[in-house]
Order: sequence, then C-alpha cells, then structure tokens
Amino acid sequence: MHAQLPTVATLPQLLANGQTTTRSVVDTLSAAIESRNPVLNAYLSWDGAEAARWAQEVDAQSVANRPLLAGVPIGIKDVLNVQGQPCGCASLILEKYVSPYDATAVARLRQAGALPFGRLNMDEFAMGSSNENSAYGPARNPWNAGYVTGGSSGGSAAAVAGGMAVAALGTDTGGSIRQPAAFCGCVGLKPSYGRVSRYGLTAFASSLDQIGPLTQSVEDAAILLQVIAGHDPLDSTSLDRPVPDYRAALSGDLAGMRLGLPREYFTDGVDPQVTWAVRAAIEECRKLGAEIVDVDLPHTRYAVATYYIIATAEASANLARFDGVRYGARESGQDPIDSYGRTRARYFGPEVKRRIILGTFVLSSGYYDAYYLRAQKVRTLIRRDFEAAFQQCDALLAPVAPTTAYPLGERVDDPLQMYLGDIFTVTANLAGICGLSVPCGFSDNGLPVGLQVLGPAFREETILRVGHAYEQATDWHHGLPPVCAEDGGQ
Amino acid sequence: MSGANPYKVSIGLETHVQLKTRSKIWCACPNTFGSDPNTDVCPICLGYPGSMPVLNAEAVKLTVMAGLLLGCRINHYSKFDRKSYFYPDMPKNYQISQYDQPLCTGGSVPIEVDGKPKVIRIHRIHLEEDVAKNNHFETASGVDFNRAGTPLMEIVSEPDIASADEAFAFLQALKQMLVYGGITDGNLEQGNIRCDINCSVRPDTQTTLGTKTEIKNMNTFKGVHRSLTYEIKRQIEVCEQGGKIMQETRRWDDARGVTTAMRSKEYAHDYRYFPEPDLMPVVLDDAQIDEWRTALPEMPQARRTRFITDFGLPAYDADVLVADKPIADFFEATLAAGASPKAASNWVMTELLRMLGEQEWSVSEARITPTMLADILRLLDEGKINNPAAKTIFSVCFTEGGDPRAIMEARGLAQVSDEGALDRWVQAAITANPKSVADYQAGKKAALQFLMGQVMRASQGKANPPKVMQALKAQLDG
Repeated sequence: MHAQLPTVATLPQLLANGQTTTRSVVDTLSAAIESRNPVLNAYLSWDGAEAARWAQEVDAQSVANRPLLAGVPIGIKDVLNVQGQPCGCASLILEKYVSPYDATAVARLRQAGALPFGRLNMDEFAMGSSNENSAYGPARNPWNAGYVTGGSSGGSAAAVAGGMAVAALGTDTGGSIRQPAAFCGCVGLKPSYGRVSRYGLTAFASSLDQIGPLTQSVEDAAILLQVIAGHDPLDSTSLDRPVPDYRAALSGDLAGMRLGLPREYFTDGVDPQVTWAVRAAIEECRKLGAEIVDVDLPHTRYAVATYYIIATAEASANLARFDGVRYGARESGQDPIDSYGRTRARYFGPEVKRRIILGTFVLSSGYYDAYYLRAQKVRTLIRRDFEAAFQQCDALLAPVAPTTAYPLGERVDDPLQMYLGDIFTVTANLAGICGLSVPCGFSDNGLPVGLQVLGPAFREETILRVGHAYEQATDWHHGLPPVCAEDGGQ
Repeated sequence: MSGANPYKVSIGLETHVQLKTRSKIWCACPNTFGSDPNTDVCPICLGYPGSMPVLNAEAVKLTVMAGLLLGCRINHYSKFDRKSYFYPDMPKNYQISQYDQPLCTGGSVPIEVDGKPKVIRIHRIHLEEDVAKNNHFETASGVDFNRAGTPLMEIVSEPDIASADEAFAFLQALKQMLVYGGITDGNLEQGNIRCDINCSVRPDTQTTLGTKTEIKNMNTFKGVHRSLTYEIKRQIEVCEQGGKIMQETRRWDDARGVTTAMRSKEYAHDYRYFPEPDLMPVVLDDAQIDEWRTALPEMPQARRTRFITDFGLPAYDADVLVADKPIADFFEATLAAGASPKAASNWVMTELLRMLGEQEWSVSEARITPTMLADILRLLDEGKINNPAAKTIFSVCFTEGGDPRAIMEARGLAQVSDEGALDRWVQAAITANPKSVADYQAGKKAALQFLMGQVMRASQGKANPPKVMQALKAQLDG
C-alpha cells in the first residue's frame, strides 16, 4: 500500500471488514494534504470539513450492496466541472468562477458512491508539460520537490504519487495524464477518444481531449474507467459502444500476446536511462509470455508540429468565450471589444496567449490550407500508421517521454524544447487511440521512469492487461517518495 | 424595369429563418419568444466552460423539408463549422454554422411581379444557431440570451433578383412556402425572418456583375423594398457621375430612408472557419430523406389548383383563400363539417376576413370554428334563418363562440315563413304606404324594395325574404 492511503481496489474490502472507515481515510487524506501540500502544491483548494461530513454519512450506511466506489474520495483536476465548486482551470481569468453543473464523468463518480474531492493543480487551461504554467505556482514532484511533476495534470499525479489522493481524474490532450504519471511514478490512463464523455471538461482542444484516471495501480485505473466510460447523450463525440469488464481482463499474464516496439520511439534523442528502464520492462514482458516485434510509425517525426497546429487552432476558438461578460474576471473598457482585449491581456498567462495567437494564425485566411488543412492530412497519416502497426501486434511498448522529470525552471524559457518532450504522447491523441503509463524504474537521481503501453482505439482492456501483468511482476509502484517518508506518512 | 434602362440590377438575399422547433438547436431550453430576459438559458446556450452542443434532430428535419419544398439537392453528408468573431451577442465568441458543406444546395423560388412569372434560383440552405439580443438602455446595454441557440436556417439566393419589387415578391413567396411547410411561424414582429441584402448594378452592356454592397439585418419586407429602392438609385447615381461603387457593408436608416456606410472596423472579419469538433457530421440516407418528403404538406400552388378543380371555385376565390394557410385550413375544415364550397368560400372571404381585419386578429384568436360556420350555413340553407340573421349569429360566434342553433333560438332569430303572419305584415305595409304602392303601380319597381324593407323591419328581420316578395307581388299585382 502506498503512503498509508488504501487503493480503490482494496478499500471496499477494508470497509466491509471494519479494518478502516471512510472517515479514517478522509482524515488520513486531510492530514497528508496539510502536511505535504505546502511543499507539493498539488491541491489548489479542498474542503476537508465537507469531506469529513460526507465520510460520516457514508460510514453510517450499511456496507451491504454498496456501489463500486462507495466511500472513495477522488481528486479532481481543476479543468473538470463539479457543481458548486470552483473550476478555475488554474487561470486568473476564472479565479472566482464556481461551476453550476457536474461534468458527466464527475456525475458518474458520484453515482458510484465516490466524492469528488478538491481541485488539483494543472497548467493553465491544460496547456503545458510541466505544471509550471499554473497561475498558482507549479505542483512539485514528490520524489524531488526541486523537479517538475510534468503536466498538465501535474497536481493529479503529485497527489496520487505523494499519498495525497486515493486516485484522481486528469485530462490528456497530448500526454497530460501519461507524462506526469511517468514523472511522478503513478499509473495514468488516457482512454480512446470517445470512450469517456467530455461534457463538463473545459475544452482545450476538443478533438484531442480525454478524461482519464491517475491511480496507484493499474487495477484502480481499470475500476475508475469502468465507472466513467460509456456513451453520454450530452457529448455527441462519445461513442455508443458497450463498455467491457476491464477488471476481468486483468489476467496477470501476457501469454499469446504480441507487443510491438515502434522503431521511431527508440532513437538517440531519448535519455539512455529512460531507454534502459523501458528495455528492461520489455524484457520483463517477454518473460511474461509476450512475443516482441518491431514495427514502424513512419510519420512520428511530424507529430509534434501537427499536434501544435491542431491543438492551438481548436484552443483559439475554445478560449474565445472567456471575455468577462457572463462569468470570470473582467476589465472594463471603452466598448465591449476593448474590454475583451483588456480582460484577456490581463488574466491569461503567457503560454495560453502564445497558443491562442498560434491557433488564430494557423486558421487565418491565407494560411489555413498551409497549416490547419495540411495538419489534418498528416493526422490521417499518423492514424493510418497506427492502424498498420496494430495489424502486426496487440499493443505497443514505448517510453512515455524522452526524459525523466527535469528541474523546475529548466525549460520555461524554451517552449519549443518543452513541446518536443511531447513527442511520444501526442501521437495517441492525434490517432484517437488509448495509452497507459506504468512505473518501470528510476533514474540515477531517483526520479521515476514510465513505460507507455499504447493500444488500438477502444481496446483499453488490452493495455490494462499488459500494464497489470507487468506491474504484478515488478515492484516499482511500491516505492515510497521521500516526501511521504519524511513526514512519516502522517 | 423597362428596356430603356441602361443599368442592370443584381440582388442576392441571405434570408435567416427561425425554425419552429420545440427546443433550441444545441440544448433542451425552450425555443419560445417573449419570456423574461435570460430565463430560457442553460450552461450550453450561455457557452459555459465545458458545455457541449448536441444537434436538435428536428432542426435538421425542418431544414431538409425546406430544401425539399424549394427543390434543393439534399446533401447526404454535411457538417458544422465554427465561425469566429468577438461580439457580446455571441456567447462562445464563435457561431456554429455550416461553411462549405451545407444541408441543401440548389433549388428555386417562383415569383410573379406585374403578372410576369420568374424563377429565383437558390444557391444553398444551411443550418446555424441564432445569437443573443443586445438591448440598449439610456446608460447601459444588456444582453438577453433567450434567443441564443435558437435554430436558424439561412437561405442564400443567387443574384437573380433584378428589382426591389422582385425582392419583395421573393420574400413573400418564400415566407408563404415556409409557413405552409410548417418550417417557421413566419412572424416578422418576432424576428422569425430577417435578411441581409447584396446589391449591385452594372451597365446593360457589361456581362460581369458590378461591385456589390451589403445591407445587413433587415427585419421587414417593406424595409427591404425601401432600402433597395434607395440603394439602387444611389448606385446608379454614383455610376452616372463616373464614380466607383465601394465594396462595403451599409446600414439602412429607416427613419431617414437612406443607407449609410458602416465603419470598416464594424465588418472587417476574418471568420477563421474550421470544422466544429464537438459535433459529428450529419449523414442522411435516401430512406430518411424520402420519409421527410412524404411528410411535406401541400404547397399553396397545388392547393390553389385543387380548390379550383375539386371544389369548382373561381380562380380569384382560390387565390384569396390560399394566400394565408390558416385561412385555407379554416375553409377546408368548414367543408369537412358539411358546408358547400361556394357558400363557405363566400363567408370566409367576406365576413371572416373582414372581421379579422377589423380586430387585427389571426384566425386562431377568433372564437368561431369551422363547425360553427358550417352550422350557420346549414341553418341558412334549410331556410331556418335569413341572411341578416346569419350575419348576426356569425358575429356572435366570432367574438364569443357558441352553438349557432342555440344562439338563433336565444335571440329569436328564426325566420318566419308562416303565411298568415307574413300576410299581416304585408297588408300593414301596403296600408301604411299608399304612395309607394301608387309608385309601384305606376311602374317604379324600386318602390317594391322599399315596401319589402318595411315588412322586414316589422318582422324584426325574421321574415323569409323570398316569401315576403312573393306575398307583396301577389297583393299588389293581384
């Protein structure tokens, strides 16, 4: 067990046996947050008193016939709407904004008995790979508080890895679940596009965004996906396909499976320590019964450029609504348009502005064909790359990111370098496929490395099976970050 | 236009039509008019963070039905796009519209001006969301988002319209078809139909179109006519003086009766269209389109023909009746309730239309039903009442409703045909008016009408007029 908090999978049994109570879990959680959040800055806000009240209500109910997540508090990334709670997207423009409704994923957590708990730090509007773009300061890596958590779901990853959340929801537009999970040493799952409703997810790039879990174990990720997946009439892009029993797919072995290694993901540009850890993980998978084959994803080198054109184009429109008229911060001006300009200039952060400007540019008359339209064509080629690769194997194994977590401040002045770090994750979003990040080792300086498992669209059960078998055979996920050891886990 | 005019006029209209759906285009808020400001709203039509649109299937159906009515090609694949611009009436600061793949393309609207028929071609019809309404007060402005997200269909015509009269006729014909089709209520006061005008002139000898100007946001047909009359004259004058028409957007100043150029800042937009990622493309198969085709109501032209051939109505009657769908519906329902076509047509065209006009009511506001009218006509046909009594009963039914037979009895309007009673009234009239009797006998036939009137008055209008006439003649000629 990880830093005194139970996993989602074990909690029902512990509650049923009387080994713990929801109140006790919530108290542990609150104590951990109070002790570690001043350093890790994972939560932007939380309401311990409300959680305690909720816990008492849950504890007063019978343990028989409980829903799947009864008594489980789940941390929520600040981009997801929870009725009556702030939903600031780590931006000053929504500083005092309180959401009037529940996102569908959040509503499904509630229906399953869970409590949406707290607001987790992130890069402003989910734009960033280090959580350094938060208006409220970066979340910090539990393994070394001088290092980044990754992003944009940095708060979610730091909270789970740092023993401050049983599990959390994040969002992944270009790696924003998988990369911070890898940097912080927890499990992160990006579902296939259309598997989980986006209704209530404040949109960054609508054709790429997905909500997914960050958890202490692969089994926990399977359980949370089970709850939040499935068609939603409020999201036309959520597919009406049956949701398989993800937990039942966790067989613990890889017998008869064929796993592909994309050549383009094992290049010189990758930190040797990352390559070494991932290679070792591949060897472990072979031992578990998988056949390992080499595959090609030839258009990988265009992925980052393609991603930053499509994502910024969509973002430029999605963020246009933040004008101060109906909600959020407002600066007055001579006329409405002047007021919009002042409001947006004052309250958006620099990276958000950079992306809005980029996106506005690529959609402009005269540039659309050269950028946006071309990017859509390349996106199709990248999708076909994966379709061809999945003809030869059941899933792909790869690094999540070319490096482990880097020191805070190292890349803030070099956005291009930051963007290039997304090379192994943006492809899954462009292709609409699913991806999983599982801890697979540590670098010499004690920072976690993640193994990425990519699967065909709507084959989450396949990547969960691979990740789970690997996890069961190794003990990387049992490591305790220093921040948990230092304060004794109180 | 006379052949002597050295200028040709080309006008294209972009007509925005609010669709008659129950709910808005992306959310479940009601599509109604006149609620208190900002009450028919939700996170979706207010563009709250995280909210998403879901396409209203009824809006697609009505747009396709409009396309079928106008003879458009219905596209099996169409999609939505985002049109970006910042303005307080736009909750998301982009409008979801259809850019390059609309629901319908092609089609036409037949019009008639001064007895000359003409066909105005339609370029395309697409579906989009209406925006909010900005209200300006003395010291502040407010935005009412009730209208935001109302389904709006845009019908773009080819520049086939050659005069203000043709533009007016086009809008009237279009409105009639769409109201007939149940596509829109067509209520101009509520902004159900609004249009943007593109207008250019060119010398008769020139084959390419002249530079166009755009007049935006016209919400009355009369305004369209007046603004075009002005704008055509203005453009011709500019040309005559050797000037150049600027491609620009102009605003119609209704009070001054002129168009004025808007500041370029007000319309210089790069809309940055791109496909709407929150909505799936609309894919329609032939079976679906055929199902909607069979659900199309009869159009005015077809109805007119049917009225003439099936009911034997004169062309004039048929024109008057079909001009307004609710009137034509009332007429047909009266026939269904047993009335004869010509009698029903006469009463609808005279009494009903006259009283509606006086009250400024629509048919639905009057209390009279087709069944009531049919009953009145039956009483008349059976000789139970005479014409003046029928008008009285009609008037009562019109304002209060009720059973015509009961009204007849309650008010003592039944016609008297009893010969004894008639003879007494006739005798009394003859006795009291010897001069008229003498006039009649001297050959003045008009005197008979006077005596007839005296009898009717004595009977308080209840005497059976043909029988009175018969009795009078019998007595005088006898």
